[in-house]
Amino acid sequence: MTEETDKNVCLPVELSAESRFRRFWAKLRRNKAAVAGAILLLIYILCALLAPVIFRGNPAAPNLIMALEPPSLKDLLGTDELGRSILGRVLYGARISMLIAIGVVAVGLFIGVPLGLVSGYFGGKADFLIQRVTDTMLAFPGFLLALALVSVLGVGINNTVISIGISMIPLYIRLVRGCVLTVREEVYVEAARAAGTRDAVILFRHILPNVMVPITVQTSLSMGTAILFAAGLGFLGIGVQPPTPEWGAMLGSARGYLFNAPHVATFPGIAIFLAVLSFNLLGDGLRDALDPRFKI
Amino acid sequence: MLSYVIKRLLSMIPVLIGISILLFFMLRMLPGDPAQVLAGQMASPEEIATIRTQLGLDRPIYEQYLSYLGRLVRLDLGRSARTQNPVIEEIWARLPNTVLLAVVAISLACLLGIPAGIISAVRPYTWVDYAVTMGALFGISMPVFWLGMMLVVLFSVILRWLPAGGTGGWQHVVLPSVTLASFVVAFIARMTRSTMLETLAQDYTTTARSKGLKENVVVIKHALKNALIPIVTVVGLQFGLLLGGAVLTETVFAWPGIGRLIVDSILARDYPVIQGTILIFGLLYLLVNLAVDLAYAYIDPRIRYD
Repeated sequence: MTEETDKNVCLPVELSAESRFRRFWAKLRRNKAAVAGAILLLIYILCALLAPVIFRGNPAAPNLIMALEPPSLKDLLGTDELGRSILGRVLYGARISMLIAIGVVAVGLFIGVPLGLVSGYFGGKADFLIQRVTDTMLAFPGFLLALALVSVLGVGINNTVISIGISMIPLYIRLVRGCVLTVREEVYVEAARAAGTRDAVILFRHILPNVMVPITVQTSLSMGTAILFAAGLGFLGIGVQPPTPEWGAMLGSARGYLFNAPHVATFPGIAIFLAVLSFNLLGDGLRDALDPRFKI
Repeated sequence: MLSYVIKRLLSMIPVLIGISILLFFMLRMLPGDPAQVLAGQMASPEEIATIRTQLGLDRPIYEQYLSYLGRLVRLDLGRSARTQNPVIEEIWARLPNTVLLAVVAISLACLLGIPAGIISAVRPYTWVDYAVTMGALFGISMPVFWLGMMLVVLFSVILRWLPAGGTGGWQHVVLPSVTLASFVVAFIARMTRSTMLETLAQDYTTTARSKGLKENVVVIKHALKNALIPIVTVVGLQFGLLLGGAVLTETVFAWPGIGRLIVDSILARDYPVIQGTILIFGLLYLLVNLAVDLAYAYIDPRIRYD
């Protein structure tokens, strides 16, 4: 009975969602900036996936005879202070930054979204408790919160992901809670409730699909932020550690060679900039295409 | 107004208690003995035992927390494990440098971001608008520490116009503050553009134009005045980003502020200083948000806090 009722309640929403998707797709394709962002993102993903094919060699293996060579036909982006190819390290760095971005967003999504749903839907004591914890976390700027967490957890990829991921959780909680407060008053939610549908089913089958628009946009923007934060921690020497080819850590080591070999610092920075730009362009485009009134 | 300020200050108490709980458990989450961690790697067993007694680590956890809270209220943040100086002294010595950088950066960001946003909104969907919008997006996407390094390459290495780091005269402030401002200017320009687009489409703006007022007067006196609240809000919120950015910028330019202090402390695992600087950052952020709330009454006389 409940299963059948769920399908009936969802039916008009499903249909309108399909037509909404067509409209969204047409709008997204017309947005030149978003298309540019998507192309940049595709190049970034290809670089991350095909790094071992494009660059044959070990990006972490030093070759001191070749140290600080400027860009040439042999080494397109030159070499760093240990003679390692910057091109190879930038390509492999794309893998690391993508892994971190996915991990960070996963932590934010899997913890923040359910907490936001519960907080907005049930209200009461659970809402009060979750919101006070969120207030406390938001009292710190995101990067500082990640910095504080890293100081406790220690350095390395996993701890970088956990620290930045935790700093993203309050954003998802606030965003989802705000949307749930509006959606839970909709007729289809009331109808599902009146039909005796369980709260968990209402939350995940009726409410969650209707708050996916802001979550999608936030996720795209959060991936860009995650790359920036991870690079920042790597640069400070408290994120991913050398010799792992992480863009921020590469910039951290390049700081000592700005006067005699500025190319060492140039290319990892361009890589971070383009990766973050791709997510921001696409995020902005998605927001405009999904709902022009919606602003984060 | 005074009663509102008191009310707002009181409303900060639960958040401050939350911060204190977070900082208290931060140390307890560490593997090993907190007394050993606080005393530092080189501490003798006697020093560790003294710290354990001082902190009351042998007492129940709630008693430990209450005594920690008592010390926080008296601004007793402990002593640095590295220098043995009181943490509060370490912070006070560096705070003016960070505040100077933050104030110059936010002023620069407002001076550039607000006019850029206005020009963009006054000429929507023209090349000027696209240039400002794309410029803002570039600013948001650029790693602040990389921009700082590139500015050093250009202005210190190639042109030799400005020093690459350290403190001294005004020349030392230019590159760090421009770097820090670049990040914030983008957000301010975006917010100014979108709120100005809204206010320029309002009836009172049309009325002002139909009265024959000059376009400059319409834009500045009628549209901008009404768009200021969201802009001020975003400036306040960006202060948080600025504090995060200060950690990175101070590292690039070897600027002796609290951003650099926190990084050095993390690298040296000097937890009393880490806790203290995080607390001060949190406090600063809360106070700036309070100042932004209070500024609303001056910007919009309709807002009363009585």
